[in-house]
Amino acid sequence: MIDKIRSADRRRVGMLTSIGDRWRALTKWQQALGLAAFVAILYYLPLLGVPGLTWLRTDSIEGGNNWAGVLFVCAIYVLVAIGLNVVVGLAGLLDLGYIGFFAIGAYSVALFGSVNSPVVKWIQQEFNLPPTWAVTWAICLFIAIVLTMISGVLLGWPTLRLRGDYLAIVTLGFGEIIRIVARNATGLTNGPVGISAIPGPEGAPSPDNKVFGLIDAKPWYWLAITFVLIMVFLVRRLEHSRVGRAWLAVREDEDAAAVMGVYPFKFKLWAFAIGAALGGLSGFLFGSRNAFIDPTQFNANLSILFVAMVVVGGSGNMIGVSLGAVLLAYLPERFRDFADYRWLVFGLAMVLVMILRPQGLVPSRRRARELKDRAAEAEEAPAHV
Amino acid sequence: MHFDELIGHLGQHTVDGLSKGAIYALIALGYTLVYGVLRLINFAHSEVFMVGTFSVLILWNQLGVKNNPPIGQAILFLVLGLIVAAVASGGTALALERVAYRPLRRKNAPPLIFLITAIGLSLVFVELFGQVLPKLLGGALPDVFGRPRQIVGMPTIIQQETLFTIGNTAITNIQVIVFVAAVVMMALLDWFINRTRYGRGVRAVAQNPETAALMGVNQERVIMLIFVLGGIMAGAAALLWSMRFGFTQNSIGFVLGLKAFTAAVLGGIGNLRGALLGGLFLGIVEVYGATLFASNWEDVIAFVVLIVVLMFRPTGLLGESLGRARA
Repeated sequence: MIDKIRSADRRRVGMLTSIGDRWRALTKWQQALGLAAFVAILYYLPLLGVPGLTWLRTDSIEGGNNWAGVLFVCAIYVLVAIGLNVVVGLAGLLDLGYIGFFAIGAYSVALFGSVNSPVVKWIQQEFNLPPTWAVTWAICLFIAIVLTMISGVLLGWPTLRLRGDYLAIVTLGFGEIIRIVARNATGLTNGPVGISAIPGPEGAPSPDNKVFGLIDAKPWYWLAITFVLIMVFLVRRLEHSRVGRAWLAVREDEDAAAVMGVYPFKFKLWAFAIGAALGGLSGFLFGSRNAFIDPTQFNANLSILFVAMVVVGGSGNMIGVSLGAVLLAYLPERFRDFADYRWLVFGLAMVLVMILRPQGLVPSRRRARELKDRAAEAEEAPAHV
Repeated sequence: MHFDELIGHLGQHTVDGLSKGAIYALIALGYTLVYGVLRLINFAHSEVFMVGTFSVLILWNQLGVKNNPPIGQAILFLVLGLIVAAVASGGTALALERVAYRPLRRKNAPPLIFLITAIGLSLVFVELFGQVLPKLLGGALPDVFGRPRQIVGMPTIIQQETLFTIGNTAITNIQVIVFVAAVVMMALLDWFINRTRYGRGVRAVAQNPETAALMGVNQERVIMLIFVLGGIMAGAAALLWSMRFGFTQNSIGFVLGLKAFTAAVLGGIGNLRGALLGGLFLGIVEVYGATLFASNWEDVIAFVVLIVVLMFRPTGLLGESLGRARA
């Protein structure tokens, strides 16, 4: 049985590689054309109406969710996966508290952008501002990124000297601390009551909003996918820069990297901060789309789901982790009968992938190439996490 | 900050903390044993404990236990509960080892792969008890187990009563039972590891697996043994928990497991006596902290303690030492 799965899997990976090779054999303009077509399809997705493909839509089943809304969730999860991939896949630091950054991102738009938040009310009182005043959405975006980067550094500074499992458990604790603080610091976050009226690009949710309303999720999806594409581009540049190579070096062997003049702590901290900023960005989008957040939305299970997206997809490979994110967000929505069992399936998927295929569904090509002399190991034994 | 409250009832809080910490200590043993021998954190150990509480729940429910049974029956129920919880938890731990960890060990996977597998398993168990089993067994066990993800209460076996009072510190019978039972279990385990043939094997493998194998110690059997022992301790903890707090939930293991892990790290992971010390210490710190701030900050305190310990004394209070002289 296991052998059968393995040989099927090998065929699948062979197919993937041959697709990859063919893609790379194309000329520059063909690749550009292909990419443009792919991006166009991404933007077209919420309107999907091609006969025969409409069964893909989540609202094609009875009681199914709004298709554009599901796509939006997929997009912000892809953003999360890309960010977590920097931390887990590239730098090799298992972060189980990623939900903390997601929450900080969501709370920063809520706390500064919503007229219902205690922070905004305090600022209004202090500076004699009208009761309708709140920080603009675009500035909230900036605040969210800065706050999450700072919190990434704050978490990383003391804990990054820990290795492996210890780091994982400490970060898990961090995620819980953020949630408990959000629940208990009533004066700051409204506690379990949550914060409503979180603004979008057009300001707080109201009937005046022409584009970014509560009902129609399509513009939200387009906004999120734009962010995703920009971030994919930026992270890709980073991955192939000196910083990216330093991450891989630290991941493969921290001590050797240090001996070679790569200062691991600095690069690990960078990975943490950049990963945190991406998590914050997706939390930010999540918060402003939802228009309401409360602490229960940021529980530890979600953090584990994030890790599952990365390891199932193939940590270290941006295409892989994005695929993992889309699968884990989309499947439970499309197949609602199994939605109750989604956590069970995530757990099983994690175990099975780790036992049968530790490098994930789409393995990192770069790692395979770098470790060619250890080809057998790269096949059997796990990708780096 | 409620300093007066803390100082005024210092003795009471200490006693409360000790009886709570004793349970943490018992769970912490599972982490410490596995870490001491295999150098891996068995993240799914908290679910071993959770299975223990549910087995006690199901047993008492099937026996039709009512609140406050006569003393003779109470003892019988407790002993049966201990046996069932120990068997269920030990069996679960062993199954985890066989199904998930052994294939990975064969492949020589790095520790983080074990950790991710364990997280996945933990999720599987939480879901089994939160969603799948209630649906399957909902008919068979109507009142207690039929509501997915709910907190389910258990019958009170022993009524909480003040046993004696020192100053203004009231010590209840349950606190005494929990504390004494936990310490006895720990002492038994300590004796087993330090004085018996099997324990010597465990220590040998912890110290140097290759040499131990050369000396004829069956490594696989030792690994199975430590998982079972850790599971039995978690089962005992589950019984004490059921007796003292009288409820369980499918997600009960998460926070409790983190606290037990904190206790293990605090005392020096890999060190059996350290687990006891760390558990009791953490219990006290937590009760003090909850009094000082507010009870809803309780969980944060454990995490902060964990981070501080790992930063300043990563080997814990007593240092690592299941196999004492480790290079």
